[in-house]
Amino acid sequence: MLENRTLSVFTENRVGLLARVTSVFTRRNVNIESLTVSESEVSGIHRFTIVAHVTRELADKMAAQLEKQVEVIKAFVHDEAQVIHRDLALYKIELPRGGGGAILGRVLGDHGARELLREADFCVIEKTGSPDDIAALLIALEPFGVLEFVRSGSVALTRPMKKLSAFLNELEEAHVASW
Amino acid sequence: MSPTLAAAAATGDLVSGATALVRSLVAEGVQTLFGYPGGAIMPVYDALYDVRDSLRHILVRHEQGAVHAAQGYARVSGRVGVCIATSGPGATNLVTGIADAQIDSTPLVCITGQVSSRVLGTDAFQETDVVNVTAPITKWNCQITRACDISEAVAKAFYIARTGRPGPVLIDFTKDAQIELTRFVHQPCVKVRSYVPRAIPSRAALAEAAALIDGASRPYLIAGQGVTLSGGEAALIAFAEKTGVPVATTLLGLSSFPTRHPLSVGMVGMHGKYGANVKTNTCDVLIAVGMRFDDRVTGDLNRYARQARVIHVELDASEIGKNVKPAVALHGDARETLEHLAHLVSPRSHDAWLAEFRACDAIEDEKVVRDELSPASGGLRMGEVVHRIAEATAGEAIVVSDVGQHQMAAARYSNFARKVSSVTSGGLGTMGFGLPAALGAKVAAPDRTVIAFIGDGGFQMTLQELGTIRQTGAAVKIVILNNSFLGMVRQWQELFFERRYSHTEMNNPDFVQIAAAYGIAGLKVAGREALSGAISAMLAHPGAFLLDVTVERESNVFPMVPSAASVSDVLLEA
Ligand SMILES: Cc1ncc(C[n+]2csc(CCOP(=O)(O)OP(=O)(O)O)c2C)c(N)n1
Repeated sequence: MLENRTLSVFTENRVGLLARVTSVFTRRNVNIESLTVSESEVSGIHRFTIVAHVTRELADKMAAQLEKQVEVIKAFVHDEAQVIHRDLALYKIELPRGGGGAILGRVLGDHGARELLREADFCVIEKTGSPDDIAALLIALEPFGVLEFVRSGSVALTRPMKKLSAFLNELEEAHVASW
Repeated sequence: MSPTLAAAAATGDLVSGATALVRSLVAEGVQTLFGYPGGAIMPVYDALYDVRDSLRHILVRHEQGAVHAAQGYARVSGRVGVCIATSGPGATNLVTGIADAQIDSTPLVCITGQVSSRVLGTDAFQETDVVNVTAPITKWNCQITRACDISEAVAKAFYIARTGRPGPVLIDFTKDAQIELTRFVHQPCVKVRSYVPRAIPSRAALAEAAALIDGASRPYLIAGQGVTLSGGEAALIAFAEKTGVPVATTLLGLSSFPTRHPLSVGMVGMHGKYGANVKTNTCDVLIAVGMRFDDRVTGDLNRYARQARVIHVELDASEIGKNVKPAVALHGDARETLEHLAHLVSPRSHDAWLAEFRACDAIEDEKVVRDELSPASGGLRMGEVVHRIAEATAGEAIVVSDVGQHQMAAARYSNFARKVSSVTSGGLGTMGFGLPAALGAKVAAPDRTVIAFIGDGGFQMTLQELGTIRQTGAAVKIVILNNSFLGMVRQWQELFFERRYSHTEMNNPDFVQIAAAYGIAGLKVAGREALSGAISAMLAHPGAFLLDVTVERESNVFPMVPSAASVSDVLLEA
């Protein structure tokens, strides 16, 4: 079944790896819905969080091809139910006039968003949440006049997953495996 | 740099990056490299001049020739092939061969020059972002901008290229890194944390596989290049003889199992043996060893070996389940896994089952082979030329082929009596591969006869390498199977495009005269009577030789599994 799946890919920190990671998707004509790269809990190891709309079977095959890359340590595939993910969005809107201020306050309260900055003629709203939550707030803010909108890719943690350090230990064992 | 390396570096000589590179190559055991100079790699060429008596550099005529020659060298020697080119056009001319090496698992280290680090990204003269261009077609690549990083990068490149499933690695050296001074110390690479080249199948999986094999009544083994790459030929023979399993090979698996072994059932795939294809769909256990179920092998996957329990022996985990889901996955080296599995299985023979393959062979002989090897009339056939040469060389030659009908004839009608005797471009199907690859093969195995079967089309893609053959004196025997057509494409046009021969006919030059201009001996043969004599003359000649054989213009290669058809629907005639 086609659905959004999240891949967590742990890699060495090296120039050029991004192109290799994305090409595993692009060469199969799979669009990457979202991609973020950050450090992981282990220093020197980077974590790619990639969301793509694919079948589980294809996601698993791509994970194997990701792991085939020399500098990829481990790639995990998670179904939607297993992951907790969050996006961050910023909205720049015109400063409401008259009674608008109170209405804006209510909208922000309802959506769990907050005002980050206020200038003479605009303010910046911050919201973290799922892509759906973020889209809902965008619609709610439209009447105020949205001047700019930007959203991050998803970052995701999974409910059940072994610690990265445990995988690093397994990796060390694999290096010395013998018959 | 690691602390031990840093300590050692303090005592190393101060040399240029270019010299450090050349010394690293020597330290890695490189004896021969194929290349072509240019501005951005000149410091390295200058350093090569210092070692010109100990490190053999072969000057090709086009960088594509360098990379294909390095591939031929690597495939025959089992060592890492090395090629070297300048930045920009030099580097991009390597691309086809790198892609070929990637898909056919050939260990290469490709060295490219690059503009100085100060001007990277500015569209400087002959600047191409070759690291990005080659990222999807290399096993690993990197750019080096500092001389002090050279030795470690080279060691890592060789380690990655040759270990695990081998493949091409590219290192791009900026010109300033070649000029800068550094202390040279070489330490071989023995480990890369994120990369585990070895794998060992679990005991449970091995036991499960052994039980399947013991319980099988129609077991069938298909050997791929993994057998050759792991040096597993003897292990395969021992395993087959103990289990009585009929053995087929893929195109790249040719010569991993002797053609005339009683258990050999020939090649699978689009133009493979009739029996080898159809029996895939009646066997009960299919043992796939070091092969990747390429679509030219499987035809329609939905109708491929659905009845069989598949045991997949494979070192590259991403190949397991990619195209065919195995019942048992043996993630490991082909040789080691076959050796261990051989201890776990019981001695068996499967005479009745093997006889089914022979019955298919009889049908194929009748419908295809007899007419191909001894036609009643008409011009020479590709098969008979290959067959005569195989007889004349007693199956001892290294057979290199280009891509097309002649490639399939070479695969089908050669007799591989010795291991590591077939070099061809399989996964990429690169026309122009044959001539330079044959040169590389001959350089790697100067004592063996190297026969290159090439079409009149493919020959004209890289015939400039006759110059390299002349200059090196490599005694390559070039056999052009000349049908004045892009034969394989014409065959498809005949069979699937209503004989509309759109742009496939060739008006060719006199290839013997071209060879003569390069000082290479040659003969043109058009008739059956002259063939044997010409083959003898070619084999007796001490140097390189070009035999231009005029073959039947519109002959087809059969059997054929049309693309996307099932292997059961293999055609014996049009
Ligand atoms: C570089 C490249 N271009 C195009 C093709 C497509 N192609 C496959 S076989 C073939 C015809 C080869 O003709 P020739 O070399 O004369 O050999 P023949 O089939 O006649 O034996 C062509 C054009 C290819 N495989 N490689």
